[in-house]
Amino acid sequence: MADRSVHVAMKNITKTFGSVIATDHMNLEVEKGEIHALLGENGAGKSTLMNMLSGIYIPDSGQIFIDGRETRVTSPRDALKAGVGMIHQHFKLVEVLTSLENILLGYKTGLFVKKKDQKVKLQRLMERFQLDVDLDRYVYDMSVGEKQTLEILKTLYRGARILILDEPTAVLTPQETLKLFKIMRRMKEQDCSVIFISHKMNEVMEIADRITVLRKGQTIATLKKESTNPQELTELMVGRPVDLSIKRVPRVSDKVVFQVKHLTAENEEKVEVLKDISFNMVQGEILGVAGIAGSGQKELCEALAGLYPIKKGEILFKGEDLAGKSPKEFITRGISMSFIPEDRLGMGLVANMDMVDNILLKQYHHSKGIGVKRKPAAAKAREIIKKLEIHTPGIREPIKNLSGGNIQKVLLGRELDSHPELLITAYPVRGLDINTCLKIYDILNEEKKKGVAILYIAEDLDSLLGLCDRIMVISNGEITGIVDARQATKEQLGLMMLGNKEVDHAV
Amino acid sequence: MQFRIVKKAEIGKKKRALIFLGSIFAALFVSGLFLAFLKLNPFQVYIAMLQGSLGSAYRIEQTIIYAIPLLITSLGVAIAFKMKFWNIGAEGQILMGAFLASYFALNYSHLPRPLLLLIMFLAGFVGGALWGIIPALFKTKWGTNETIITLMMNYVALKWVVYLQYGPWKDPNASGFPRIANFAESAVLPELMGVHVGWIIAVLLTILVYFFLNKSKKGFEIAVLGESVNTARYAGVNIFSTVVLAMVLSGGICGIVGFIEASAVEQTLTKDITGGVGFTAIITAWLGALKPQWIVLASTLFAILIQGSSYIQSAFGVSTYSAQLLEAIVLFFVLGSDFFTRYKLIIDCPILSRIKESGK
Amino acid sequence: MITIAFFKAAIIAGTPLLFATLGEIITEKSGHLNLGVEGMMLMGAIIGFQVGYSTNSPLLALLFAAIAGAFGALIYAFLTVSLRANQVVSGLALTIFGTGFAGFVGKSLVGMKMTDEFNYFFRDLKIPGLGDIPYLGEILFNHDIFVYLGYVTAIILGLYLYNTGKGLNLRAIGENPAAADAASIPITKYKYLHILLGGALCGLGGAYLSLAYVPVWQENITAGRGWIAVALVIFAGWNPYKAIIGAFLFGGLDIIGFRLQGTAIAISQYVFDMAPYVATIVILVIVSFRKSKKNAPPKALSEPYFREER
Repeated sequence: MADRSVHVAMKNITKTFGSVIATDHMNLEVEKGEIHALLGENGAGKSTLMNMLSGIYIPDSGQIFIDGRETRVTSPRDALKAGVGMIHQHFKLVEVLTSLENILLGYKTGLFVKKKDQKVKLQRLMERFQLDVDLDRYVYDMSVGEKQTLEILKTLYRGARILILDEPTAVLTPQETLKLFKIMRRMKEQDCSVIFISHKMNEVMEIADRITVLRKGQTIATLKKESTNPQELTELMVGRPVDLSIKRVPRVSDKVVFQVKHLTAENEEKVEVLKDISFNMVQGEILGVAGIAGSGQKELCEALAGLYPIKKGEILFKGEDLAGKSPKEFITRGISMSFIPEDRLGMGLVANMDMVDNILLKQYHHSKGIGVKRKPAAAKAREIIKKLEIHTPGIREPIKNLSGGNIQKVLLGRELDSHPELLITAYPVRGLDINTCLKIYDILNEEKKKGVAILYIAEDLDSLLGLCDRIMVISNGEITGIVDARQATKEQLGLMMLGNKEVDHAV
Repeated sequence: MQFRIVKKAEIGKKKRALIFLGSIFAALFVSGLFLAFLKLNPFQVYIAMLQGSLGSAYRIEQTIIYAIPLLITSLGVAIAFKMKFWNIGAEGQILMGAFLASYFALNYSHLPRPLLLLIMFLAGFVGGALWGIIPALFKTKWGTNETIITLMMNYVALKWVVYLQYGPWKDPNASGFPRIANFAESAVLPELMGVHVGWIIAVLLTILVYFFLNKSKKGFEIAVLGESVNTARYAGVNIFSTVVLAMVLSGGICGIVGFIEASAVEQTLTKDITGGVGFTAIITAWLGALKPQWIVLASTLFAILIQGSSYIQSAFGVSTYSAQLLEAIVLFFVLGSDFFTRYKLIIDCPILSRIKESGK
Repeated sequence: MITIAFFKAAIIAGTPLLFATLGEIITEKSGHLNLGVEGMMLMGAIIGFQVGYSTNSPLLALLFAAIAGAFGALIYAFLTVSLRANQVVSGLALTIFGTGFAGFVGKSLVGMKMTDEFNYFFRDLKIPGLGDIPYLGEILFNHDIFVYLGYVTAIILGLYLYNTGKGLNLRAIGENPAAADAASIPITKYKYLHILLGGALCGLGGAYLSLAYVPVWQENITAGRGWIAVALVIFAGWNPYKAIIGAFLFGGLDIIGFRLQGTAIAISQYVFDMAPYVATIVILVIVSFRKSKKNAPPKALSEPYFREER
C-alpha cells in the first residue's frame, strides 16, 4: 500500500456565500483506488467542498491538484476533463428524456446523433462495472435506485475516474444500499477513486477505506478506518461527546382519537396512489410511517389534512368523519400537518415572507373579522425563537435568508404552537445536524406526553425504530404491515418497504 | 479572465433606493443618446417635458387628469400581479367598464345625477369585473394560461366597442360620422378644484387597496398564493374563491377607470377611451413594486413623462411614440437593476489575483 | 367563400403566424417565455419596410428585419438570461418597446406602398410535380418563396430539436438546466443563441406582413398576431411540426370575416373581426383540458437559472 499515489488534493479551500463561510481553509487528500468517506453534519461543508471539486462552485481561494497537477476547475466540463464526476443528491436527470438521451446530453457528437454506436460502447461499460440500466426507458418511469445507477453510468461514460457520491444512500432501501456498495467496490477494483459523502456512521464504517471528518466548514481529521471507531468519529463530527440514543417515552392512554378506514385515492392520471389504507391512532402515541420515497407518503399526508381528493374511505377524528371537508376545517379542528419536501421549502412556508407572516399563515383562520392581526403573531415568533433556539437576524427577516435547520425549526415551532391534537409531520429532521435532530425528537416526545397523537413519517429507519411506538410500512400506496417498533428490525422493515407483506400483525 | 456571479447578502433600503435611482438616470442617459442621435439637445428636451407637464396650473391639471386612470388601473393590475396572476387585460376591462357605464348613461339620462353616477360607477365595476372573472375561472378550473386569455379579451372588447360605435350605438345626429352620442349633463362627473372628482376616487382607492393588500385576510391570502400555490393550499386557503375575488377586484377597479374616462373625460364611449393606459399601468405597477404607496409615485412620474412627451411633440416635432419608447427604456433599466440588489459580479482575473496575493 | 382560393389565402395569412410561432417555440425550449413576440414582429416589420423602401432590395429588407427581431430578443435575453429579470414583465416591456419603435420609425411611412420589385420577389412559384396535385397542389404548392421558407423552417427546426445532439441539449436546458449544466452544456450560450434565433424568426414573420401580405405600412400592422403566436405555441404542444397546422388554421380564421363579406351570410364584419381572438381563447381552454407529459411546457420555463443558488 505504500506506493499509492495521491489522486486528488485540495488545499486551503475557502468559499463564502453572502456572509456565511461555507468552507474555511479546508484540506483533503484522496488516494488512487480508495473509497474515501467525507463525514460531517449538515452544514459542515461536505457538499460545498465537493461542488468545488466538480466545478459547480468556484472557490474564493485555495488550490486543487489532480494527479499531482494544479487544476483550475471552473465548470463541470473542466472537472470531467480532469476525470472528476459527481453524483448529486438531487439527480441531474431530465425526466422527459430516455436514459440514453440523458447520457448523451452535452456530449460531442456529429450533427445527427448516432445512437447505435453509443449503445454498443455503453453496453461494454455496463459489463465492466456491472451496472444494469435500460437505455431506452424514460427517466420518469424509473425508480430512485435505477436513476442513481443511470447517474453513475453517465458519469463513468464521460470519463470520470474520481467519482463523488453525495449522500447516495439517503433515498435508498437497505437492499438497494447493498447493491450500491457492490458497485462502489467494483469501481475501486477498476482503479477509480470514490469519494463518499455521508453522515451515517455505520455505512461509513462498512464501506470506506479512509475517513475525513469535517465540522462547521473546517477539516478536523483524516483517519484510517481500521484505526478508529464510531464513537470517536461521532465526537469528532459533533465536537463533543454525545449520547446518540433516542429516548422512547411510554404511552399514557389507550383512547383512540383518530381512525382511518379504507382510504383510497387516485392521482390525476387515475392511478391509485393510496390503496385501502386503514389504521388507528391513540392519544399520546407516535406512529411511524416507513417506506421508499414516493410510496404514497406525500399523498397520505395531504389526504389526512384534506388537501388530497379522496376516492373513498373515512377519516374519523374523535368520531367525526372529515372526509371531503376543506383543509381549513381540518386546521380549525386541531389537525396539524407539516411536510418537509426535498428542497426543504415550498410546502408550508413562504420563503420570501418573514417569520411573522409565516406564523400568521396558520393563525389567521382563528381570528375574527376581515383583518389580519400581526401583533400576536410577532409575539409568538419571539417565543418560538427562544424556545427552539432559532438563529435569525430578526422576526422581520425573510425566512429564505435563514439556514435550512432554522427554517425547519420555524415550521415545526409554528405547527406545535397551534396546539394540535393530531400532529402529522413528514421528514421533520431532514438534513438537520445531530444536535438539532435530538432537540426535535425531544419536542415530539414532549407533545406525546401531553397526549398529542403523532404521525411521524421519516426516511431514516434508525430514528423510526428509536422514537416510535409502532411503525406502519407502506409500499406503492399500500400498507404492508404495522409492527411494534420495540421488536422490529431494519431488515424486516426493508423487506416490507419493498412490498413483502408482514403476516405477523403483532400489534 | 472570467466573470462570475455570486449571491449578495440582503441589502438595505437606502442602497436599494440608490440602485433604483441609478437605473432611472441610466435610462434617461440612454434616451438622451437617442435624442442626440435625432440631433436634439436632451437637456432641452427633458426640461421642456417638465415644463409641458408641470409648467402651468392648466398643465398640472392635465397631468393629473392623465395620472388618475393610470394610478387606478395600476392598483387594479397590482392586485392580480401580487397573486402572480398576469392580468394584462386591463385595456379590455376598462373598455367593458366604460361600455356598461355608458349603457346607463345613454339610456337612463333622466335619472337624478347622483343616482345615475352611482349606477354608472357600479356598472363600470361590474363590467370590468366580468371581464376579469372569465380568465380567473379558466385558470382555476383548467389551469389555462391567463396571460394570453386576458390579452385576447382586450381585442374582443375593443372589437365590441368598435362594433357599437359603427353599428347599433352610432349617433344618427353625427351626420354619418361613426361616433356615439355625447352623454347628458347628468351622466358627467362634476369637477372639484379644477379636476373632475375622479381624483377623489383615485385617492380613496389607493387607501382601500393599501389596507386590503396589507391588513386584510384576503389580501394576505392573495400574497401567499402569489408566493406559492402549494403553501397556500397547506395553509387552508381556498384557491378558487381567492383567485376569483382577486380578479373581480382587479378587473372591477380597471372597470371603474372606464366609467371615469367615459363620464368625465370623453363624455361618451369611444374605442380609444383607454389611451393605452392598460399597458402603461403594468409598468407603473411593477415599478411601484406592487405597493400602493409606491404606485402613486410611479403613476405620477409616468403621467409627467407622458404629458411631457405630448408637449415636446408639438415643440420639437418628436413623435408621440417617443413617450412609449422612453417608458420601455425606463422599464428595461429598472428590471435590469434588480439584479444588482440580489447578486454581485466578480471578475476573475488570474494575474490580478496573483498580484494581490503576492502583495500580502 | 370556402373554396380553394380560401384555403390558399389561409396559408398565406398563416405564414407570419408560423414564423412567429416557430420563433417562440425555439425560445421557450430554452426555458424562456418571451412575451415580446408582438414587439419583435413589429420591429421586423418596420425595419424590413424601411430598408425595402429605401434600397428596393427584398433580400436586404428580410435580412435587416431578422436582425431587428434579433436585436429586440437581445435586449430580452440580456435582461432575463444575464440579469435574471422577471421574464413576463421583460417580455411585456419588449412589446411596449417594439410598438413604440415601430410607431416612431414608421410615422412618416404610414400609407406608403411597397414597390413592384417586391411584387415580383413574392410572386407565386408553382412547384413542379407537387403543384399539379389536384386541389392540394394549388393550396399548398403554388405560393411565394416565403411560404415555402416557412415550411422548410418548421421542418428544419423539428429535425433540429428531435434528431440532433444540439437539439437534445436545448431541450435539456429548458427542462432541467441544472442537469444540462452538470452535463457541461454551455447554458448561457445556448440560451442567447436560441432566444436571438427566435427573435429573428419573429422579425421575419413581421416583415412578411409589411412587405408581402399587406404590403402598405400601417400602424400596428401586426394587430395582435404576436400574441396569437404565443397561444399557438401552447396549441402546438411546443412541437414545430404541429405549429404548421396551428398557424394555417388561424390563418383561415384571420381571413374568414373578410371573405364572408358580401356573401349570403349576413353577419357584421366586426363580429368576424373578433374570430381569431375568440378562437384563440376557445382553443387555449380546450388545450388546457388535455394534459400529458409529451405536450407539457418545458419544465424550467420562466425560471431563472443560477448555478450557485442554494
